[in-house]
Amino acid sequence: MLRYILARLITFVPTFVGVTLISFAFIRVLPGDPIIVMAGERGMTQERYDELVQRFGFDQPLYLQFWDYLTGVVQGDLGRSFITNRPVWDEFFTLFPATLELSICAIIFATLIGLPAGVIAAVYRGKFFDRALMSTALVGYSMPIFWWALLLIIVFSGNLGWTPVSGRMSLMYFFDDVTGFMLIDSLLSGQAGAFTSAVQHLILPTIVLGTIPLAVIARQTRSAMLEVLSEDYIRTARAKGLRPARVNGLHALRNAMIPVVTVIGLSVGTLLAGAILTETIFSWPGIGKWMVDSIFRRDYPVVQGGLLLIALMVMIVNLTVDLLYGLINPKIRKR
Amino acid sequence: MALLTIRNLTVEFATASGAFRAVDSVDVDIDRGEILAIVGESGSGKSVSMLATMGLLPWTATITAERMEFDGTDLRSLSGPARRRLIGKDIAMIFQEPMSSLNPCFTVGFQIREALKQHLDLDKKGRQARAVELFEMVGIPDPERRLKAFPHQLSGGMNQRVMIAMAIACKPRLLIADEPTTALDVTIQAQILDLLTDLQKETGMALILITHDMGVVAETAERVAVQYAGQKVEDQPVTDLFARPHHPYTAALLAALPERATERRLPTIPGVVPGQHDKPVGCLFSPRCKFADERCRQVPPPVQPPAIGFARCHYPLNVPAEVETA
Repeated sequence: MLRYILARLITFVPTFVGVTLISFAFIRVLPGDPIIVMAGERGMTQERYDELVQRFGFDQPLYLQFWDYLTGVVQGDLGRSFITNRPVWDEFFTLFPATLELSICAIIFATLIGLPAGVIAAVYRGKFFDRALMSTALVGYSMPIFWWALLLIIVFSGNLGWTPVSGRMSLMYFFDDVTGFMLIDSLLSGQAGAFTSAVQHLILPTIVLGTIPLAVIARQTRSAMLEVLSEDYIRTARAKGLRPARVNGLHALRNAMIPVVTVIGLSVGTLLAGAILTETIFSWPGIGKWMVDSIFRRDYPVVQGGLLLIALMVMIVNLTVDLLYGLINPKIRKR
Repeated sequence: MALLTIRNLTVEFATASGAFRAVDSVDVDIDRGEILAIVGESGSGKSVSMLATMGLLPWTATITAERMEFDGTDLRSLSGPARRRLIGKDIAMIFQEPMSSLNPCFTVGFQIREALKQHLDLDKKGRQARAVELFEMVGIPDPERRLKAFPHQLSGGMNQRVMIAMAIACKPRLLIADEPTTALDVTIQAQILDLLTDLQKETGMALILITHDMGVVAETAERVAVQYAGQKVEDQPVTDLFARPHHPYTAALLAALPERATERRLPTIPGVVPGQHDKPVGCLFSPRCKFADERCRQVPPPVQPPAIGFARCHYPLNVPAEVETA
């Protein structure tokens, strides 16, 4: 097991180098000059421009620039933002907890509803619930996220006034970041109502971000369950006189979990990469919005470093999923 | 009194091209402690009729029967919970493919203790002790260690022993073995059959053995029911059946046994079992029967009296002189 994890960690290295190369090349292929963007509408003198070109090393050949960047990365230095002059590392970890909190809530929401819904649909296949669920899932999957978000805001924030429109916390409360997770920090602060406020702020973004994963998980669970339900060992379980809930929920679901866990893992990967639309609509201070802004500002170090860290997160999620396979089904357990 | 009595059992499956009748007015009777073999080719409805008895058929199946009683309990009107109290406890079943009949995600110990937990009032320790005892009964060496194994870590024969241990866990009064040896190699087959007959003698349970292997029948069964295309065509004690088959199908099956062949070429039964769309009007066996005439092809045959083995035939073979045919 340990050997397997180590072997997998070693395969991270080429992926890592690949990601640095792609992110480095990608941002430089985009037209636009970060120094001009930095100068804004006022512009700058040619001397000042040349000075900055030299300072950022843009006068060097590309391969040297890449080498500088790579050696920096290996030493844990992702560079500083051109715009804020803060280390990329710091910026990422200020914003990442917001994305992580939202992603975790969204995936929990999607799994808690999608998994049972898929199981029930498979057990009662062809019946009303199955048809209703599968068509709803299709709608959920194909619905434009921004439209869905606006619709929810109009109804629940606008008309009913149940939830706040945007942000992570009501302005009435103030406390220091400890973990970066509002749900935890608000509890730690001990201020009455702060936790409720954090929850209220999370509800709509969670639903919006969780909708597509929910639809995918429900459909995947259903099809995996359908396959498993016709297996011989399900007949054996029923022949023992077990309750249908136990046959379906334990014997069948455990076997159907492999493709479902794969889908959940993939969803977590995309969610961590930042839900740009959701974060923008709800003014959620996460890394999705940060990455988009930095691309428009041609903030090279932020784009490179951000992509790299996101890729790292996705790789860790994938490794976790692979390890989970073995836990679910001993037949594919790694030695 | 019979332990299991089934009269006129019919099972139909809803398929895309209309209803398919897999079991056609079959009667089954088995007494306490009896060993009954149900013999027939693939698709003769032997498994389906037993799965219907267990209530394990998918929802596409429609089951009708005049009588379907297990020890006085009417199986037709049984509610879900009541049926679940019965199956796995009083009626147990083992299946053809031991490798795929056990859940790959759980240890065999978990699966056998689960059966015990479902029906018996034992505590955790008691269940473990009983599981060890059962493994010893079915001849699994080193039971404590084997209980912790997953199905894929055991051989096919071992897995079938696990299945048998699981089936007899709650001391059933009827064990249905659905081709228990088909997926196993020959040496293991004999061991499993011996095990089943030994357990049957020890516990006094009734045993229904579904098979297509006449050799297995001769070795183990006391009484034999022969099924063809969803119908029971003959029902006799095993020695009588082998000595004096009454239905031409039974006779043809016996003639095809390698041990009985007299010529260099093994005799076969020409043709195949009729399917959903080519069922004959008269006797279902008539297209393949060498004795068939126009009456056989037009009129469904009657069921002959017990002395002629309940043969479903117009012209039963080997009829004793003093008996009159139906």
